[in-house]
Amino acid sequence: MKYVLKKIITLIVALLLISLIVFLAFSVLPSDAAIAKLGQNATPERLAALREQMGLNQPVFVRYFVWIGNAFRGDFGQSLQYTGVSVNSLIAGRLGNSALLSLISFIMVIVFSIPIGIFSAKRRTVVGKATMTTVTQLTMGIPSFFLGVLITYAFSLGLKWFIIGQYTPPAKSFGAAVVYLIFPALAISLPKIAMTVKFLATSIRSELHKDYVRTAYAKGCTRNQVLYGHVLKNSMVPVITFLGVIVAEIVAGSIVVEQVFAVPGIGTLLITAITNRDYPVVEAVVLLIAFFIIAINFIVDMIYMAVDPRVKL
Amino acid sequence: MSLKKNKSFIIGCIITGVILIIAIVGLFWTPYSTTKMSLELKFAPPSIAHIFGCDNYGRDIFSRVMQGAGTTFLVALSTVSFGMIVGTIIGFIAGYVGGWFDEVIMRINDVVNAFPSLLLALVFVSFLGPGLMNVIAALGILFIPSFARIARSEMLRLKGMQFVQSAKLVGDSAPRIIFAQILPNAYISILSSAAVGFNNAVIAEAGLSYLGLGVQPPNPSLGRMISEASNYLLQAPWYAIFPGIAIIVLVLGVSLISEGVSKVD
Repeated sequence: MKYVLKKIITLIVALLLISLIVFLAFSVLPSDAAIAKLGQNATPERLAALREQMGLNQPVFVRYFVWIGNAFRGDFGQSLQYTGVSVNSLIAGRLGNSALLSLISFIMVIVFSIPIGIFSAKRRTVVGKATMTTVTQLTMGIPSFFLGVLITYAFSLGLKWFIIGQYTPPAKSFGAAVVYLIFPALAISLPKIAMTVKFLATSIRSELHKDYVRTAYAKGCTRNQVLYGHVLKNSMVPVITFLGVIVAEIVAGSIVVEQVFAVPGIGTLLITAITNRDYPVVEAVVLLIAFFIIAINFIVDMIYMAVDPRVKL
Repeated sequence: MSLKKNKSFIIGCIITGVILIIAIVGLFWTPYSTTKMSLELKFAPPSIAHIFGCDNYGRDIFSRVMQGAGTTFLVALSTVSFGMIVGTIIGFIAGYVGGWFDEVIMRINDVVNAFPSLLLALVFVSFLGPGLMNVIAALGILFIPSFARIARSEMLRLKGMQFVQSAKLVGDSAPRIIFAQILPNAYISILSSAAVGFNNAVIAEAGLSYLGLGVQPPNPSLGRMISEASNYLLQAPWYAIFPGIAIIVLVLGVSLISEGVSKVD
C-alpha cells in the first residue's frame, strides 16, 4: 500500500511539474496571447484592453494557478486560432480518432510481436539468427512517417484498398474507421513490433540459461513444455515495462503518422496549433498526452507489482 | 566474442563509414547545385547523369540527399555530444554527491525520460520556433537525462570499488577521481548509449523536418524531401524513396555497430 501511495504522489508531482514547465515556457515568449489573437499590426490600446480582459497583466504565477485550477475542473479555455471555440470541444472532436488509432496500433504490436518473438528466440542456427537480426534491425530503423508514405503508395495509390484523406469517423461508421486506421496503425506499429520482438527474444534467451530451466529438463520436460510452461512466464516480466514504453512511443508516433494519413486526431490538432501559435491548445494537448503517459507508467508499475511481488520490498 | 570477429560490428562500420563520407562530402561539395531549379528536368527519372532522378523543381535528388544527410548527421552528432557531455557531468555529480541533489535530479530525469523524444522536441520547437539551431537545442537538452542516468549508475557501481576507495585515501581530489578512476571504466556504457541516442536524434530530426519544423527551405533535409515527395508519389516515386532509404541506412549502420559492441564481453 505504501508503495502504491508513493507512486501516486510521484505521479501527481510529475504532472504538476510538466504543467508548470509547459506554462512557463509559453509565458516567456515575446509574443503573448493578445498579439497572437489580434495580429502583429494591432494598436497598443487594443492590445492593452485585450490583455486586461484576458488577465495577462497579472503575474505569471497567478495566471498559472488560475489556469491549472481551471484545468483541474476540465476547462482549458478558448482557442486563439478559432475565435469562440473552446479548447475542450476541439479536443473532444478528435480524441476518439486518436484513441482508436493508438488502440489498433497497440493490438497489432501484441498480436504480432509475441509469436514472432518466441519464434525468433527458438532460432538457433547461424543463418536463422542472422536473418532475424537483419530484419529486426532494418525494420526498427524505418521512420514511421516514411513507412506511412510507402504504405500510401502501395495500398492507396497502387492497390486502391483505401483512399487517402477520406476518413470516416467512428461515430458514423465504426467499421469504415477501423479499416482506414489499419493502414496508419501499420506504419506506427511495424518498427515497434521489431523492437518488441528483439526485446522478447533477448529476454527469453537470457532466461533459458537459468537453473530452473535445467531442473525442468532434468524432470523430463520437453523443449516446448519448458518454453511455454516455465520460461515464457518469467521472460514476460521485463516485457511488461517495455510495453509501457512502447505505448508512449505509439502515442508520439501517431502525432506524425496522423499527418501522413490526414487523420483528424490529436496529433494533427497539435501540429496545426503549433504552426499557428495557438498556445492554449498546445498546452492542453501536451498536458493531456502527459497525463496519459504518466497514467500508463502507473498502470505498468501496478501490473509489475502484481506479477513480481519482490518490487514492493 | 572479439570486435574483429563480430559481423554486425564490421558490417555496421562499413555502412556507417560509406554513408558518413558521402554525407560529409555533401556538406561541402555536391555533383549538382542543391537549389538550382530546371524546368526540363522536372521529375526526371533516375539515370546515369542523375542517379536518384530529379524532383518537382528539377533539382538533382542525389545532391540533395547528400547535403540533407550531412545536415542530419551534423544535427545528430551535435545533439548527442551535447547531451552526452552535460548529462555525464550531471550524472557523475549526482552519483558522487548523493543526497537530496541526487534525488531531485533523478526525479526530473524520470519525468523527462517517460516522454518520447519527438513529443518533447515538438513542444520545445513550438516555443523556440522552427529552424535548425532550435532543433539542435531542443534535442540536445532532451538527451541530457538518459546520459545522466547511465553516468549516475556507473558512478554508483564504481564508487564503492577498492581502487576508487584507495584513491580517496591517498587524498585525490573529486575531479581527479572522476577523470582518472571513474571515466576510464564507465566510458563504454556511455558510448554505447550514445549510439542509441544518435539513432533517436536522426529519426527525431527527420520527423521534425517532415512536419516542417526543422531545416527551412530551400536547404535540403531528408524529412522535408519525403514530405514534399508525398504529393508526387504517382509521378515520381523515387523522390520519396531515396531520401527514406538514406535515413534507414544511416540508422541501420549505427544500430549494427551498437549491436556488435553490446555482444563484446
